[in-house]
Amino acid sequence: MQSLKLTRKEPLSPRITRFRFEHPEGAPLPIFAGGAHVMVQMQDGAVLRRNAYSLISDPADRSGYEIAVQREDQGRGGSRWMHEQAQPGMVMTIGAPVNLFALNLTAKRHLLIAGGVGITPFLAQVRDLGRIGAPYELHHAIRSAAEAVPLPDGARLHVSDQGSRMDLDAILSGQPLGTHLYVCGSDRMIRAVLDAARGLGWPADALHSEEFLAPAPGEPFAVHCARSHKTLTVGAHQSLLEALEAAGIDAPWLCRGGACGQCETDVIACDGTIDHHDHWLDPDEQAHKIMPCVSRFRGQLLTIDR
Amino acid sequence: MTLTFNKESFRGDYSYHNSPAAIRRFPFPFDRDEYMYSVNMEPHKGGRDGSVFQRRFDVDEHYVAEMEDRAITLARDPMRCQSLPHMRLAGWDLLELIMVSKSEDYPDLFQLTRDGDRWRWVNKPLGIDDTFTFLDDATLPHGPMEYITRQTQGDFAVLDQREGNLWMDAGMITSQADWSLDFDIGMNFFEWHAPVPRAAEMGIFQRALKFLMNVQVDTPARRLNWTMTVNPRLDTSPETYPEWGPEKRSLTPDNIGEKQYLRVELQTFWRLPRSNGLAFPIRCYLCSLQDIVTVPKWGRRLHRVIRDLPDDLATYKGFLVNKPLIVDYLARFDDGAPTSPGIWPD
Amino acid sequence: MSTPPPTSTGFASRPLHAPLLARPCTAALMIADEAGASALLALAEATPELMPRTTVLLADAGVMNAALRARAPARLVETPLAGLEPALDALLAEARMGLQVHVAGSEGLIGRAVARLLAAGLPLGAIQSEHRGSPARRMQCVHCKTIAEDITTDPYTCPGCGRALYVREHFSRRLGAFQGVCIDAETPGEVPEPVEIQS
Repeated sequence: MQSLKLTRKEPLSPRITRFRFEHPEGAPLPIFAGGAHVMVQMQDGAVLRRNAYSLISDPADRSGYEIAVQREDQGRGGSRWMHEQAQPGMVMTIGAPVNLFALNLTAKRHLLIAGGVGITPFLAQVRDLGRIGAPYELHHAIRSAAEAVPLPDGARLHVSDQGSRMDLDAILSGQPLGTHLYVCGSDRMIRAVLDAARGLGWPADALHSEEFLAPAPGEPFAVHCARSHKTLTVGAHQSLLEALEAAGIDAPWLCRGGACGQCETDVIACDGTIDHHDHWLDPDEQAHKIMPCVSRFRGQLLTIDR
Repeated sequence: MTLTFNKESFRGDYSYHNSPAAIRRFPFPFDRDEYMYSVNMEPHKGGRDGSVFQRRFDVDEHYVAEMEDRAITLARDPMRCQSLPHMRLAGWDLLELIMVSKSEDYPDLFQLTRDGDRWRWVNKPLGIDDTFTFLDDATLPHGPMEYITRQTQGDFAVLDQREGNLWMDAGMITSQADWSLDFDIGMNFFEWHAPVPRAAEMGIFQRALKFLMNVQVDTPARRLNWTMTVNPRLDTSPETYPEWGPEKRSLTPDNIGEKQYLRVELQTFWRLPRSNGLAFPIRCYLCSLQDIVTVPKWGRRLHRVIRDLPDDLATYKGFLVNKPLIVDYLARFDDGAPTSPGIWPD
Repeated sequence: MSTPPPTSTGFASRPLHAPLLARPCTAALMIADEAGASALLALAEATPELMPRTTVLLADAGVMNAALRARAPARLVETPLAGLEPALDALLAEARMGLQVHVAGSEGLIGRAVARLLAAGLPLGAIQSEHRGSPARRMQCVHCKTIAEDITTDPYTCPGCGRALYVREHFSRRLGAFQGVCIDAETPGEVPEPVEIQS
């Protein structure tokens, strides 16, 4: 975690705003690779929020980090706080870059497909691709012109309500051997792209996707932490991970979005049903593990090894 | 700290030797009187003053001689250093990591001056003063990985991370414990560990992989590994096995203290920021049994560890044939007294 | 994104072979030697609808050529085994993502074909292999690097350096070969009687 100063805040579209952070003394920031995200910490009244955002600035530019945040009015409040409360001049706590969506550098060609705000990791990756001279193709699919953001040269824009809906079959057909496909967007969009690719014979090892999950709200539930001998209640708009942290029980994490696997926790007893929302656990692991960052429980009592 | 570099060899007359100070700082790998396979990973964030853990890339009295030995090995077999084409960026990552670390940790030995992409690198012990353009291979006499690892002790595996696995896609390997980069290059974590006995049953490899894939730029990690080598030889590769194999059978009760070496690998793990690869330096330290036993705790403990080691592990580590001789020798230095916990001398 | 369990690729570096299965694809490439051709026939029998999208590459498949031709693939190319790599390269030059590859035959054929496919950029996940025929192996001498085809005994004599080599259970997909290591390095001259390789 480092303290960085918010130096610029500017709209990219009606709902998406770009934020730039710099070191308060102007010191260079650590290099990252395109696809990396940072955890942004927000003190929202009494609530400490931590949201992960992909870095969109040039990874080789050590003078600042930039992120793009889409305002989610139905969300838990983090993006709203960024849009309303975060102001240039503020010093905020930002995590070190972590990369869970790196380019596969063995690829002979990179096919990047973004839906809506899912464009963010690709904005940094195309800088890296340009620098190493790797061939790539970037597609941005949006519902309406209001979602458009400035795109790098050569990117192709598909606006569905203007009749230029993305033609996946056309994009996926005829790609040279060794092309890797990356997709970032909503769960529905990711599934549609991956299903189309698999149906055309693309193997799983050429397919890459990233979806950050926000912890879904739900009914409050009770958890017993066997190792710390504590029993707590997870609030309706709180994640299990946040409840653990509030009770002073530390669990490791990198993404807080069900993808990195760090907070994986053993379930000791489960008098009820776990709602697994993560992308990490295999089906056979779901019987005895839970990802506290995004998954919830319904029932009498969940006992975990924390 | 002022360092004097030994005039010594790791082949031929084997004039390699440890000073008393080097023996005291030898990374003895056993923290108890028995050895269990384990991941035993800890953060690589410094360590005791003067210990091999203190600096990011330890430089010791063997530095210059080790680099000369590497040059000999490479002249005989250039394939000990290889990099698959997609690892070019990771090579620059590694060069940057080492140059920045060494110039900060040993400013009297190494200097790095950066003016944008124009870099000047001064390596005083090896008499190098080069200016080059960062990320431009043509401005260096070798590829970036080869250039910097010809100047850095230890072997270097540079791993690519993809598909939920780590891939051995580049390396400078001239002091290995019997594995071949030329054969293993391109393999994933499970494939290159295939020759480890009982590996399949051990969940520790999966846990280790999970741990390594989550190493971050600001959280380098380390562990110790060990084996036994007859004579202070760095190049114990399978390629040259016909050269060093016969030496393994040259031990006698009279020469074992002098000729049998405990070989310890300080393995460190570094996330490379530009390529998202993982650098895996494997630094080798050699100490003869007769030097080991000058630390009474180590003599006692090493005897107990080797005596109780299962034969399949001794086979894998390549010293089963010499195990009885080693145990007999070390028994003379084990009076049965209890030993203190931890690796450090009392 | 979770770590794949070590079952498919295994802790063994040695590839595991399974019966060939049809998968969704835009185009298929089937490669076999004489022993492996029967595996392609079984696949063609099970999924005849695949054949109009399939190119068959047969390396010294002898009498099996006609049988596969009768399955009406889009294209059938014959090559001597020695010319496998250039024949494969010619086909791959036109290939696009969506290609699924099926290889059947000796360890040597599979090793050579897979190494070439990977070098062309095809992801491993698009390649299936099925071992048919002799258990002979393709070996690389770790000392002089000579590749020896059709090795049926352990130890064997390296055709490059003449050393007696034992067969290490360690396989390189990049080389398409197992590793041969000097068996009498520590005790020169003490070479055990060779035994037939069973699998």
